[in-house]
Amino acid sequence: MSIYGLVYKDVDQVKGPLVIMRGVPGVAYEEAVRIYSESGREWFGRVLEAGRDKIVIQVLGDTEGLDSNAMVKFTGSTLKMPVSDEMLGRVFNGAGEPIDGGPRIRADDYRDINGAPINPAKRDYPDEFIETGLSSIDGMLSLIRGQKLPIFSESGLPHNEVAAQIARQVVVPGKAERFSIVFAAIGLKYDDVLFFRRQFEEFGALSRSVLFLNLADDPVIERITTPRVALTAAEYLAFDLGMDVLVIITDMTNYCEALRELSSAREEVPSRKGYPGYMYSDLASIYERAGRIIGRPGSITFMPILTMPGGDLTHPIPDLTGYITEGQIFLDLDLYNRGIYPPINVLPSLSRLMKDGIGQGKTREDHKEVSDQLYAAYSQGTKARELVQIVGEAGLSPREKLYLKFARRFENEFVAQGFRERRSIEETLDIAWNILSILPESEFTRISEKTLDKYHPKKRAEAKIKGE
Amino acid sequence: MSELIYEKGVIVHIKGPVVEADEMRGARIREVVYVGEEKLIGEIVRIKGDRAIIQVYEPTGGVKAGEYVERTGEPLSAELGPGLLGLVLDGLGRPLEVVAEKAGGPFIIRGIKVPTLPRDKRWHWSPTVRVGDGVIAGDVLGVVPEGSITHKVMLPPKIEKARVLEVQPEGDYTIEEPIAVVEHIGEKKEVKMYHKWPVRNPRPFREKLAPVELLVTGQRVIDTFFPIVKGGASAVPGGFGTGKTVALYQISKWADADVVVYVGCGERGNEITYLLHTFPELIDPKSGRPLLERSILIANTSNMPVPAREASIFMGITYAEYYRDMGLNVVLTADSTSRWAEALRELSSRLEEIPSERGYPAYLPDYIASFYERAGRVKVMGNRDELGSVAVIGAVSPSGGDLNEPVTQHTMRFVGAFWALDKELAFKRHFPSINWLRSFSKYAGGLKEWWIKNSGYDMMSYRDKAIALLQRSSSLEEVARVVGEAALSDENRLILLSAELIKESFLVQNAYHDIDSYCSPEKQALLLRTLLEFYDRAKPMIDAGVPMSEISEMKSLGDLRRLKFVPEEKFKDTAKEVISQLETEISSLIAKVG
Repeated sequence: MSIYGLVYKDVDQVKGPLVIMRGVPGVAYEEAVRIYSESGREWFGRVLEAGRDKIVIQVLGDTEGLDSNAMVKFTGSTLKMPVSDEMLGRVFNGAGEPIDGGPRIRADDYRDINGAPINPAKRDYPDEFIETGLSSIDGMLSLIRGQKLPIFSESGLPHNEVAAQIARQVVVPGKAERFSIVFAAIGLKYDDVLFFRRQFEEFGALSRSVLFLNLADDPVIERITTPRVALTAAEYLAFDLGMDVLVIITDMTNYCEALRELSSAREEVPSRKGYPGYMYSDLASIYERAGRIIGRPGSITFMPILTMPGGDLTHPIPDLTGYITEGQIFLDLDLYNRGIYPPINVLPSLSRLMKDGIGQGKTREDHKEVSDQLYAAYSQGTKARELVQIVGEAGLSPREKLYLKFARRFENEFVAQGFRERRSIEETLDIAWNILSILPESEFTRISEKTLDKYHPKKRAEAKIKGE
Repeated sequence: MSELIYEKGVIVHIKGPVVEADEMRGARIREVVYVGEEKLIGEIVRIKGDRAIIQVYEPTGGVKAGEYVERTGEPLSAELGPGLLGLVLDGLGRPLEVVAEKAGGPFIIRGIKVPTLPRDKRWHWSPTVRVGDGVIAGDVLGVVPEGSITHKVMLPPKIEKARVLEVQPEGDYTIEEPIAVVEHIGEKKEVKMYHKWPVRNPRPFREKLAPVELLVTGQRVIDTFFPIVKGGASAVPGGFGTGKTVALYQISKWADADVVVYVGCGERGNEITYLLHTFPELIDPKSGRPLLERSILIANTSNMPVPAREASIFMGITYAEYYRDMGLNVVLTADSTSRWAEALRELSSRLEEIPSERGYPAYLPDYIASFYERAGRVKVMGNRDELGSVAVIGAVSPSGGDLNEPVTQHTMRFVGAFWALDKELAFKRHFPSINWLRSFSKYAGGLKEWWIKNSGYDMMSYRDKAIALLQRSSSLEEVARVVGEAALSDENRLILLSAELIKESFLVQNAYHDIDSYCSPEKQALLLRTLLEFYDRAKPMIDAGVPMSEISEMKSLGDLRRLKFVPEEKFKDTAKEVISQLETEISSLIAKVG
């Protein structure tokens, strides 16, 4: 191996993933660097602090074997990755290098992996319904093209299955093209990654997918770059090539942990639970890359998955995420233990963009009212269930008993469905009406009379008889 | 001052948005500087000998040690003049449309410098002073029409007392053309339609007055239960998903104000996009013109640079004070002040200051106060007897929904109204999810007269009655949670039913429903009175022995529930009808058991 150009040998300290150098003139903040050891190993890194007297470099990969004799070469530009349509069907590591044995990407362009903020005045408002084929999502937490909607889960819950099912089934009704999928694994176990690869292979999505894999035993520091390279690829596919891209990143909790590790190596003042005070802004710089842009055909719909440590919704990771994303899909251990798949608990879940993406001309005119009524009724039903714990089922009033029955049927017929079962939005709404119809009409507080007359199964049947 | 040429400093260290420069002797705290080859905008936050610490408002990737820092000699200022209304600005006051044009694409690139106000637009100027007039700071020199208001061009606060030497006749002028020349302490000064004001300094006024007039928001739970007044301050704390943003939109849309400043501070990009999509379509019910014409939107989304987020709130409140000085009522909504405080924390930590509670700097309370204290109802500057007001409504995003965290706690000390949003209510889709047991308003007590005068009803007495009912119902619910609702007496179950009616039919308000979205004070008062009558009239039925199961199945109950959806013009008659049907139904039920 030969090293060309100017190299510096002023390494002062190596500390975890950080290399600290004495001053080098002309170094830029965030500049990309290459580091070579005497034994010939090579590392990538980027400048975290640039000063006349001191330079701090964050090294990607494992720093084992680095010593103060290392040679550092400054590349003169910030960290960029090559992008082109050749990325489709390929597998990369967290630093954006191919790991599938294939050739390097012939670049159409080189992009800064940090991206740039989209000008809010140039964003297009997401208002197109995406059908995932899952009733609980389509019916009550509709996903919208260009939305960022995370899955809040816990260890042991089937979030990977839910994400894979969505990736397999997702379509924009009336649009022929399928979604391209950018998948990024952060600190995932090998068998989880294998599961996703098999899934993508099985439904023939591999050729329209780009995979970025950082496994549990890969360098922790590359977890910082994994989501950024994945989104850089997604931005290129969406906003340059005009594709609809679904980005799935799992598990953001591992990302945040890597961020904490880096912050503590830099001896920064910690905020809650040791996470750095800038974690909100840092997460925003990732999540906010989803969206649509005025005058460009593509879109980035973003579904990050995170496991809540200890199932705690107030933990900084889900908490800060919830403040940035446009809602959340909440997986529930209790539902899962009762055998409900997908174990989506709709009550703490939310899709903020739903209201503008549904209704007449988009899904069906009764969609919003049905969804509101389901929320209200299911909330009554869970209240009744809590009461059973205290007074027993016999102690319930007839109305409470009815709602308890409603909650059971709602979970078993509406929420629960097969891993390979795909329901259209019409099917979803019809199932909802069937379950709602066990309630007396006076309980339909969220549904107008007009909608009731048109869609209530009883009225529909009556109208049919009259018609004949 | 700005024509002076300053020496250049040299960058010695870059760490994120914090840059240290040497050879900066003579630089002042809060002075604006241009950093590096791309001339990124920055502000000096600390001085150590010849060195200055600068916070840079744009991303610093690629900036090198050894590059120059240029001084401007001026603090961070807002441009104030006609043309602000209808603009969408970033945290530094740059119009985002123009930024997009200059950037040549949808992404924000660095180093773009554009003024806030359009320089080429002509405004129709009509002078109101004559040559020879003596004028003082704040006096109106002339007016130009701007959107739905008459924009008063005032003598800037820095010229305390002057005599008019020249004044331009009525006609169309750009803001760069002087419209008057005045003599100020023996010096001739040109006055233009705009001037600059340092955003961190409150604009002066003659006297601060007690706020006494309700700021009508059309939101029932706010206006009736936890009102805010013109010139008041309120905070809206709530975890994510509790409907904070929608509540602020509703206020920005419907508030009875002349000018609305909306500061989107560290929030979602798509929320700003939503505002930009919906505001142009919304019509102000009073003026009949698009709401955007009375609004200034500041958008510094969560992924835009953190220091600019810190500046955006001060930028916004300065615009608000400027329109207040014209004798107008202004509302400023900020979403979210927590992100703003976090920006402060982030910068403080990069400056290696000693952290206090949860990593926030020790001066956090002063900093929060410096924002909320700029709210108020004032006698404006100048020789005129005019009042203007700025009401401030700040969203707070407590981490983990914990209201004991420092930003919420300090904010509570400086506001008069507190609308605690509740996750439980939001889960039930009870919106606005303002918890009626944990919220407060110190302004409510002073509004009794206002309601009688403006709605014709003694609303505050209905309010007290409703609150008493809600409180009793909440303690009964506790009991019912243990023994089941069926075990309560019929009398108590009637209280639960009546309270439920008030919750569902008064407190719940659908922001997306054409009619329900806004409720006038008259309708609010009559609606609450009508709903309260249900309890009063149903009580004799319990005494007469009508079973609760029949009462809760009454047809009139459905009519009462739907009453809020009746349009304003039909409301009075419909309410009367509903009450008379209720009476008939009640007497027939009593007759049945009797």
